[in-house]
Parts: sequence; structure tokens; C-alpha cells
Amino acid sequence: MATTETFELPAVARPKRLLDRKPVRRALPWIVTLAMFLLWEGAVRLFAIPQFVLPAPSAIFASLWEWHGPILENSWQTLMTTLVGFAIAIVFGLAGGVALGSSAVLYEAFYPALIGFNSIPKVAVIPILVIWFGIGTVPAIITAFLISFFPILVNVATGIATVEPELRDVLRALGASKRQVIMKIGLPRAMPYFFASLKIAMTVAFVGSIVAETVAANKGIGHLMLVASSRFEMPLAFAGLIVTGIMGVGMYVITAALERRMTGWATRGGDGVTFAA
Amino acid sequence: MTGYVQLDRVALRYTEDASTLALYQTSFTVGQGEFVAVVGPSGCGKSTLMKVVTGLWPATAGQVKVNGNPVSGPLNFVGMAFQNPTLLPWRTALDNVMLPLEIVKPHCDRLARERAAYEAKARDLLTLVGLAGFEKRYPWELSGGMQQRTQLCRALVHEPSLLMLDEPFGALDMFTREELWLAMQDLWLRRRPTVILVTHDLREAVFLADRVLVMSARPGRIIAEREVNLPRPRALASTYEPEMVALVHDLREHISGARAKAA
Repeated sequence: MATTETFELPAVARPKRLLDRKPVRRALPWIVTLAMFLLWEGAVRLFAIPQFVLPAPSAIFASLWEWHGPILENSWQTLMTTLVGFAIAIVFGLAGGVALGSSAVLYEAFYPALIGFNSIPKVAVIPILVIWFGIGTVPAIITAFLISFFPILVNVATGIATVEPELRDVLRALGASKRQVIMKIGLPRAMPYFFASLKIAMTVAFVGSIVAETVAANKGIGHLMLVASSRFEMPLAFAGLIVTGIMGVGMYVITAALERRMTGWATRGGDGVTFAA
Repeated sequence: MTGYVQLDRVALRYTEDASTLALYQTSFTVGQGEFVAVVGPSGCGKSTLMKVVTGLWPATAGQVKVNGNPVSGPLNFVGMAFQNPTLLPWRTALDNVMLPLEIVKPHCDRLARERAAYEAKARDLLTLVGLAGFEKRYPWELSGGMQQRTQLCRALVHEPSLLMLDEPFGALDMFTREELWLAMQDLWLRRRPTVILVTHDLREAVFLADRVLVMSARPGRIIAEREVNLPRPRALASTYEPEMVALVHDLREHISGARAKAA
């Protein structure tokens, strides 16, 4: 089958459009973000919007610099809280997903309860968590966990439950145990689903921890924004939003990079749809 | 008569409902190292037969014996190949072929220590089916025929004494299919495993098999049996010899008879 012949081919020169060039593609997200800020700045100045309604980006960045000490400290708190909650969500989501995905009985038994549980707005749970654990880091971690573990579980379960029956037969006729079928086929097959869910779970984990910090905490970005807006320090409140956005994008980029390393086969070696490309 | 695979009045019903009766009073014997093809009208329970013989589905009635032992659960050594290539997309062709070695005893215990030797064996197989140089390719980089060759290698790499083939050439074009018949014949001649091939291609059955079994419409059982007395290795042209053409026609008569009865 292997050909030993070599073929001489003329080089094909295809004219490249501006948007097809790699450096341009790389710079595009930055250009769009910058343009948005410029538009915002222009609008605020043009319509003379008061700062306590909508601060201009220049004021926000000035405040970001002025308060960089507390902002750094509080965003570190939020980042840690979110990551701990997220890590617990990964552990429970993976374990639950494998269990529910590989057993129809467990799936039928637990799914309605899980759906019911997921329909509860997590904000409503925070006061209860405060009664149990007091004000502080723990309710925020638990909220981040509660809000982000469901998408992970559902996606992993789907990936494992949809293993082709023939493939399972091939392994079982070789004497594979249920565990081997999961390890050799189920889990690798669920990886693209898992990473897709991580991108969702990552961002909603931030939502969870920040909401909890706004309701019941004395540290964290949520708390900082609450204090800032109660003092009509709108630029500082917006600075908190921007820092949160940056943390979210940062985590997303890390997740996407991991995804490309581990599930390149699912996108056939291509980049797939990621912001990090 | 004793044989390697023995089915004695086997019935299989998927649920309590009688309409899901897939096999009824199915009896046949396959000798050690024999290549048997099973043909029949579509939906006659040919694929069910594969599941019963390998123990993936327990028989509702009757007895299945493999190598003299009654089958009560999934066997642990059978090589299988299907119409879909069923390769793992995250593994290269070579790693796909190596998969059974990670599971089947005693290979799985030796694999870590003797990896090089096992890998050489897998490469040999791939070379035999004309895939030398494609070992490090992923399934989606291979054509349909190449994926199917890889699947055959995977079914054979642990040198199974029993090989179950469920229409493995069914989804291929005519030329690729004939090429793979030759590859299959070579593979079989090398080690002579016992093979049960389910197919609806009568030329394929006649070219590859020592004996062809015809199944009735659902619920399936064996209604006819024909020996193929042709020396091996066989050439593709032999399927056009009058004797073989007559055999194909004879088999076709039986199958249309079975279909008419079902209708």
C-alpha cells in the first residue's frame, strides 16, 4: 500500500485574505475588546453620562490602579474560593457521571432528584448555608460547587452512556470487566463532553462564589463590589466586574488548552471552537 | 457429532413477549478450525446468533457449547468484527490493534514486559493486510477499507481460537470488499481459527467458507447446509466457475423461499 514513488508538484500560491492571516486572527480578540472600551468611553463623554450611573472606562481603570491593593487581595480570595468549589465539583461530577452513565438503574433512580435539585436557584440556598457555616469562605465554596457540578455530571454521564453497543461487545467478548470497559472506552469517549462541560462549569462557578460573597461574606470581589456601590464608588464596582471577567477568561483559556492536549482526536487534530485559538 | 461450537435446539427471546423471539430450535455444529458462513434473509436473527455463541446474551432455551464447555456468560477470548469499524478514535491504528492484548489473559499480564514483541506482532498483522506505514495514523485518517482492515487485525491479534464476523465487509464497495476477502483468507490460512461469518453476500460466503448455513426468516433456524469443496487458497475468479455459480443460485433459492414463507 505504501507508495515509494515521489511526485513533483508546483507550489500552489493562494492569495490570503487579511482575516486569514494568523497574526491578524490572534490580535482580533484584543482589537474587539479595545474597540468596545473606546466606544463606551466615547458614548459616556458624548452624552455626558454621570459617573454614578455609568463610569467611563478611563475612570474604571484609574480606580483599578488606585485600589489595586484591595482589588488584588479580594480577587485572590474569589479565585481561590471558586477554584476550590470547582475542584470539588469536578471530583463529584466525574464520579457521579461515571456512576450514572454506566448504570441504567442508578440513572433512573437519581436523575429526577438531580433535576429537582438543579432547578433550585442557588441564591436561595445561601442563607441556609450561612446558618450552617456562618458568614465567610465556606458558603461561597459550597455555592460555587453546587452551581457547577451538575453540568459536569450530566455531560460525563452522557458520554459514557452513549458508548456504541458493538464496541462494548468487542471488549466484553474478550472478557473485559465493567471497570475495564469504562476505563478503556467510556472515560476517553466522555472526555470531549467533560471538557465542554468544564467551560460552562468554570464560568458558573464564578457566578456562584461571587453571588455568595455579595450575600454573605466579608472578603472577595462580590463583597468589594457591594461595599463600593453602597458608597456610590461606581468606578470601583465596575473595576470588580472587569477583574472578574479577566479571571473568567483566564480560566477558560487554561481549560481550552488542556482540552486541546487531551481531546485533539475529537476535533481531528484541528483547533475546534475555542477562544484561545 | 462433536465440534468446537455446538448449538443444540437454541431459542432466544429478547423479552417475555413472543414477538421478540429471534431464534427457535437452532442447531448446528462448527468443527475446530472450520470456516462457516451463515446467510439468510435480513432480520432473521443472524446477529443474534453472534451474541448467543459468544455468551453476550444467554440462550432462552437449548444449549450452547464452545470447546466442550457450556456457555453461561460472556466468553473471554473471542475476536469480533462488525460492519462498522468500531475503532477507538483517540488511538492510532497500531494502538487500536493492541487493544485486545490489554484485556485478554495471559497477554495483559505480559504486555508491560514484552511490549516490543507484542508491538512487532501487531505490526506484522497490519503489514499482512497492506497497512504498513499507516501504524501511527488515526482512524479518521484512514479510508473505510483501511479501517475495516484494522478492525480485522484487532480481532486477530490475540490469536483467538474463535472468530465471529458480523458482516464486516458489508459497508464496503465491491473492489475493496474482494480485496478484503483475499486478506481474510490469508489471515485465516495462517492460523486456522474457527470462524463464523454472518453475511448476506452469497458470493462472499461461497468464496470464504468451508460450509454455508442458510437461516430461515425470523425466528431463525438452520434450514439448509452446503459444503464448498474448493481447494485453498482460492482465487477470486473461482467464484465465477459454473460449480460455484450454481451453488450461489441454489443458496439464493433457499433464501427467497424463506422470505416468501415469512411474507
